[in-house]
Amino acid sequence: MEKILEVNDLHVSFQTYGGEVKAVRGVSFDLHKGETLAIVGESGCGKSVTANSIMKLIPSPPGKIANGSIYFKGRDLTRLSEKAIRDIRGVDISMIFQDPMTALNPTLTIGNQLTEGIKQHQNITSKEAKTKAIDMLNLVGIPNPEERMKQYPHQFSGGMRQRIVIAMALICEPELLIADEPTTALDVTIQAQILQLFNKIQQETGVSIILITHDLGVVAKIADRIAVMYAGKVIEVGTRKEIFYTPQHPYTQGLLNSVPRLDKRKEKLVPIDGTPPDLFAPPQGCPFTARCPKAMEVCGKVYPIHSELSNTHEVDCWLQDERAKQHIAT
Amino acid sequence: MVKYITKRLVLMILTIFIIASLTFFLMHAIPGSPFNEERGTNETVQANLEEHYHLDEPLLVQYFIYMKSVVTFDFGPSIKQPTETVNDLLGRGFPISAELGIISIVVAVISGIILGVFAALRHNGIIDYMAMAFAVLGISIPNFVLATLLIQKFAVDWDVLPAATWSSPMHMILPTIALATGPMAIIARLTRSSMIETLTQDYIKTAHAKGLKPWKIVIKHALKNALMPVVTIMGTLLAGVLTGTFVIEKIFAIPGMGKYFVESINQRDYPVIMGTTVFYSAFLIGMLFLVDIAYGLLDPRIKLHKEGGE
Ligand SMILES: Nc1ncnc2c1ncn2[C@@H]1O[C@H](COP(=O)(O)OP(=O)(O)O)[C@@H](O)[C@H]1O
Ligand code: SF4
Ligand SMILES: [Mg+2]
Repeated sequence: MEKILEVNDLHVSFQTYGGEVKAVRGVSFDLHKGETLAIVGESGCGKSVTANSIMKLIPSPPGKIANGSIYFKGRDLTRLSEKAIRDIRGVDISMIFQDPMTALNPTLTIGNQLTEGIKQHQNITSKEAKTKAIDMLNLVGIPNPEERMKQYPHQFSGGMRQRIVIAMALICEPELLIADEPTTALDVTIQAQILQLFNKIQQETGVSIILITHDLGVVAKIADRIAVMYAGKVIEVGTRKEIFYTPQHPYTQGLLNSVPRLDKRKEKLVPIDGTPPDLFAPPQGCPFTARCPKAMEVCGKVYPIHSELSNTHEVDCWLQDERAKQHIAT
Repeated sequence: MVKYITKRLVLMILTIFIIASLTFFLMHAIPGSPFNEERGTNETVQANLEEHYHLDEPLLVQYFIYMKSVVTFDFGPSIKQPTETVNDLLGRGFPISAELGIISIVVAVISGIILGVFAALRHNGIIDYMAMAFAVLGISIPNFVLATLLIQKFAVDWDVLPAATWSSPMHMILPTIALATGPMAIIARLTRSSMIETLTQDYIKTAHAKGLKPWKIVIKHALKNALMPVVTIMGTLLAGVLTGTFVIEKIFAIPGMGKYFVESINQRDYPVIMGTTVFYSAFLIGMLFLVDIAYGLLDPRIKLHKEGGE
């Protein structure tokens, strides 16, 4: 399968009054055509910063991509000019944000907001843009699209607004859709509908999706692969099956234990104790040491080894070291 | 919409009625009458004059006579300048005052918004600091002080602009600056803070994610939302400019309505006091109404009428 996105050793930091926040500290992952990659992790671990970096939407100052590269179809996005990246935004890569209640401009009609992107990027008449917008509203399941185009955001419910935001993101037929917690602000029943919509869109358009969430439960149905982030790093990545059935990192295991699961009905949910480390001064060793039930002496001192357990399954943890394995075995 | 406007109109008329009544009784509570300063008029003449203007009638009767003049908007002749009716004075003074007021408010709104937007876009930069230092000065210096300063510098010391009257565009520059600076500074500060806040909104990020050009995002997505608070204070600013015209007209010897208003109070010229007050309040109330309508048109979430919705 063709790789459309390749993130290598991405470092992003923010200059604040309190010092430098190292929000993303060497993140690498790639994405194939038509694939859904989920990025999962607790709030504050750097998921949004990673996503915004791809679109070059990091506010600067205070933010800065300090190191690394982001290749999209062979071009390094971190090196593109402001103008060049504008021609990619909304056209090749689209993004959806968490809160549909605030993501739409309250003073402009839905139709206006749906068509303004395509009008800027493509040589298209107003009428063609309108037809296209109506098609998109149909695709995402908004009834009476023609009439709804004339309405304002406050005339729609949260779930409807998120559908409109999705339609808006898809109107220029992008190859990559980044959705940052697209269901977090919605009711559980609406969440399920929106996730189904992502599935449907992917089947119909073949778009690749990066789905960001703090809730592993959300990705169980639609992710092909899952990257688990902790304190600005990807600490484990694998196929959905590998992550759900043979998780290797104690943090991934902890996350799974804190998610309600249908297949292990009566088991108790165990939240992970403690809080993530301070990103002003991240620990030099494994960032999970303070909360890890299996932590060893080496963990706090040296960053763990990187192991490739299969073509798709990778993990950063000292438990993968031969010496640790032998020690546990004896 | 029709229902809303009708309701507002009824309220407006009620407000004007209350203002007119209050003015009437306050006016008569001030000691003195139009005639008792004039030495030389003898008692019989004074009595005749008072009878002519119904000033000898009981207060309540006078009140009804005045209220009738309010309803018909015919206040009769001025007591002090009997050759002219109150409506003549208003007709002569109002266009000049309106010119001063409108030019000042337009200058204040346009320059205030531009200043505020640039300050917000260069948030915490040198332009921002300079613009805001200027705004603080503009807000804290009263317009009559500024007017005197401007006359001293531009008219007396440097002799580049005329000091008084309202006879040519050159004559309009100093009074306009004196009257517009305060409201401009207030608008600039409000636009700046509201613009800075608007630029952090999610829908601005959405607009960036669509790949729109930055200027288009500022004008189409940010400005309209950022100007909402500015529209809400327009009523207060209009009232400020209106009272400002009294002072500025006095300082620059501009023959506007303010001149007649101030003079009429000093001379207890009852019909002129009533006429100008009712006219001013009707004008201001009408403006506030227009501001509300404008606000409703700008923000679709504010419904002036009950239709549409989910
Ligand atoms: N504009 C900013 N200024 C300073 N720090 C920021 C900024 N944006 C994000 N951060 C920091 O970066 C870290 C990661 O944030 P984020 O990527 O939003 O987390 P999440 O995984 O919840 O999406 C957080 O510690 C946050 O404090
Ligand atoms: S490296 Fe050590 S502390 Fe970190 S997750 Fe593995 S065992 Fe736990
Ligand atoms: Mg986030």
